[in-house]
Amino acid sequence: MQTAEDLVYSQVEENLYRQFGQDLFVAQHNVDKIPTLWVGRDRLVEVLQFLKPSFSMLYDLFAIDERTREYRQGQPDADFTVVYQLLSMERNEDLRIKVALSESDLNIPSIISIWPNANWYEREAWDMFGVLFAGHPNLFRILLPPTWEGHALRKDHPARATEMGEFEMGPERVAREQEALRFRPEDWGMKAASDDSEFMFLNLGPNHPSVHGVFRIALQLDGEVIMDSVPDIGYHHRGAEKMAERQTWHTYIPYTDRIDYLGGVMNNLAYVQSVEMLAGIEVPERAKVIRIMLAELFRISSHLVFYGTFVQDVGQMSPVFYMFVDREKLFGIVEAITGGRMHPAWFRIGGVAQDLPDGWNRMIREFLDYLPARLDHYDKMAMQNEMLKDRTVGIGVYTKQEALDWGITGPGLRATGSDWDVRKKRPYGGYDQFEFDVPTATNGDCYDRAALRIEEMRQSLRIIRQCVDNMPSGPYKSDHSATTPPPKEKTMEDIETLIHHFLNVSWGPVIPEGEASVMIEATKGINSYHLISDRSTNSYRTRIRTPSFPHLQQIPLISKGLMIPDLIAIIASIDFVMADVDR
Amino acid sequence: MSELMPVFLALAILLGGVAGAAILTWWERRLLGFWQDRYGPNRLGPFGIGQVLADMIKLLTKDDWVPPFADKVVFIFAPTAIVVAMMMGFAVVPFAPDMVIIDVNIGLLFFLGMTSLAVYSVLLGGLASNNKYALLGGLRSAAQMVSYEVFMGLSLMGVVMMSGSFSLVDIVAAQSDVWFCFSQVLGLLVFVIAGIAESHRLPFDLPEAEHELTAGFHTEYGGMKFAMFMLGEYLGLMLISCMIVTLFFGGWMGPALIGHWLPPLAWFGIKVFLVINFFVLLRAAIPRPRYDQLMSLGWKVMLPITLVNLVITGAVLLWMEGGA
Repeated sequence: MQTAEDLVYSQVEENLYRQFGQDLFVAQHNVDKIPTLWVGRDRLVEVLQFLKPSFSMLYDLFAIDERTREYRQGQPDADFTVVYQLLSMERNEDLRIKVALSESDLNIPSIISIWPNANWYEREAWDMFGVLFAGHPNLFRILLPPTWEGHALRKDHPARATEMGEFEMGPERVAREQEALRFRPEDWGMKAASDDSEFMFLNLGPNHPSVHGVFRIALQLDGEVIMDSVPDIGYHHRGAEKMAERQTWHTYIPYTDRIDYLGGVMNNLAYVQSVEMLAGIEVPERAKVIRIMLAELFRISSHLVFYGTFVQDVGQMSPVFYMFVDREKLFGIVEAITGGRMHPAWFRIGGVAQDLPDGWNRMIREFLDYLPARLDHYDKMAMQNEMLKDRTVGIGVYTKQEALDWGITGPGLRATGSDWDVRKKRPYGGYDQFEFDVPTATNGDCYDRAALRIEEMRQSLRIIRQCVDNMPSGPYKSDHSATTPPPKEKTMEDIETLIHHFLNVSWGPVIPEGEASVMIEATKGINSYHLISDRSTNSYRTRIRTPSFPHLQQIPLISKGLMIPDLIAIIASIDFVMADVDR
Repeated sequence: MSELMPVFLALAILLGGVAGAAILTWWERRLLGFWQDRYGPNRLGPFGIGQVLADMIKLLTKDDWVPPFADKVVFIFAPTAIVVAMMMGFAVVPFAPDMVIIDVNIGLLFFLGMTSLAVYSVLLGGLASNNKYALLGGLRSAAQMVSYEVFMGLSLMGVVMMSGSFSLVDIVAAQSDVWFCFSQVLGLLVFVIAGIAESHRLPFDLPEAEHELTAGFHTEYGGMKFAMFMLGEYLGLMLISCMIVTLFFGGWMGPALIGHWLPPLAWFGIKVFLVINFFVLLRAAIPRPRYDQLMSLGWKVMLPITLVNLVITGAVLLWMEGGA
């Protein structure tokens, strides 16, 4: 479905056409209006190099198994597709470059030399689809164990354990798995010794009090000074993207809660917005404001956990307990409204699950009056503490350019002076109706990242207060055929509504074919779900772009030459959740 | 009676020390809980004090395991060393008039010597474990405790100069007019900080540093051997508190006007208890400095302060003698 509006090329497209000729590209039109161009594999590096000056960030890189996809109108033939999504913060523009690959020749040049953060993304695409990236320095599995057979996100790979054949852990297998776990520094690209000293290798994690989950980082130490480090992820991988292909659009919502498990309904928001874009659903005002209110409550909740653990990781025991008390109050509100606490799974395609309960605003108002004083108190207790400053000021510094190169978004980016907040730059879901500031900082160190999040909590309180003061009336669910669950009122009155209700509840809605992704400013950075629908009751491909994934990748860069306690402070200041990294 | 006193007292210290340390684990957790808006162990027995017993049963019945890769003899010896050294330290503490096991004329040096021995325990435990985290913890402790030893000793020299004796009994007696906490403020400050560093408790628990080194030097320890380290740590805490009271807060003497209200032993106990609570409060309140920051605090701040304190104390003493 092309409209006249779609045919107007963006400036970038025009530049590309002028440079390389229009024949090289095949344009694809998506509902999310992000310019998408197919490029031949042999000219890919050239094109990306040309684009690099205008697109500072490689926002996402992933693959699609196209072999069983039916509705691909206007797209070049492909067994597999590699997608590069670029983001220009200066011009607030996106561009998707797609490359078609055939199953017999799954080869594509690596682009690490253009955007360094492509490293992990390419490893992931190799791990999940078996796409070979020529020139990649260490193309190993990243999420699945090294002994895994097959590539899990291919359509012919089973999704359930019951389809996988019997699992046996005999002595032979134990030996093989043990051998695969053996640590050899050379494999990780680390040197065993320098000219004058032998290095010590310390395996920090996956079980360690300060790695916030199951995150492993292998350190090459000279005394306590970190010479080199290699982060290792995948211990929390649950195959969330694979599960999305077997759940219906509706029943996948609870899984999204568990991606960034501190973000609660914030994850729902990213997901349902993409689905709504595909289906063309306009969400009613009341639902929008309810969503924003709950999302901001969860931002505060997530930042409180960050604040407490950050302070605790530099050795101050007590504040985390106070912050958990506050968070408990917050969960009380969430529980009163949604019935759930950490994982309410409460947003729905086309709205929210229920209307707000009677008296909902009293609890929230109490909390709005309560928290600011507590935050002031914590400021005196923790952030103004000289010892805490000594531990965090000037530690783990990166510049704005480095942040962009490594795909860092959210508070981690804004601590370097950028003011890029999706809520302001691309007001989604009604954020343009709210008054709030985007806090920024300039030093880009651990202290700034923490201070900035604290200010964000105050801004979130501001947004929530506006929600409470101006909650619109009206329906909490859209009157659209794909809204799930569909309205129940008239089901017993006419047969059309009954059938519609029956189908939508038992099978789930069929979402029109297409691709869409909507960015949201999640608790930890930019989060989006790239959904591909093949006109079916479930997603053909769900790509979850999480902020924490690239954030971990640049730890070696900023921890070099520092000591172990500094690394702990850095890890704490990044504020990641392993479930968000591994998915 | 007076001949039997030291034997009786030694037994009392042995039992009291162990029981005190055990109760202290419970008290510290309750107190931390109180300050951190939570309960702490409150289930077993009145106010949860039964937790002490439960913990002891648990630790005693745990598998007495020595890691196959560890240096067995040293691994077992290390936790005993700290307990023995700390227990010995109590020998010179005057709990009340005539209530001291041995009143030697080098009592203070004996105390310093015994606490220095405790370093070996941590160091050897870290080395014998043959574990990288333990090794890092051991290294940290070696550097930390050896440097803080210097200021700890020096910070007390002001007290020695004013009382003219190394005997703790004499030092207490010398405070009958004014407690040294008033005249030796700087000495007290340095001694308290060095004391925390010596007993490696948060904020100066770098050899252990849970957030960085998992459990530092005792990563490989479990069961009773782990309990011995804990016992040693709490004995150290009590010993340092006893010394602070003895050296700076008039030992068993009560405050000037109300001193006769309670027996000397009770005054001593109350003061030690308050100092212990102060240490717990510090633990609840302050973040942990980095290893090199702790070192530079020691050599760049603590050392000059102690030296200044020594010079001032000496000058004042000479001036007063000259004036008299």
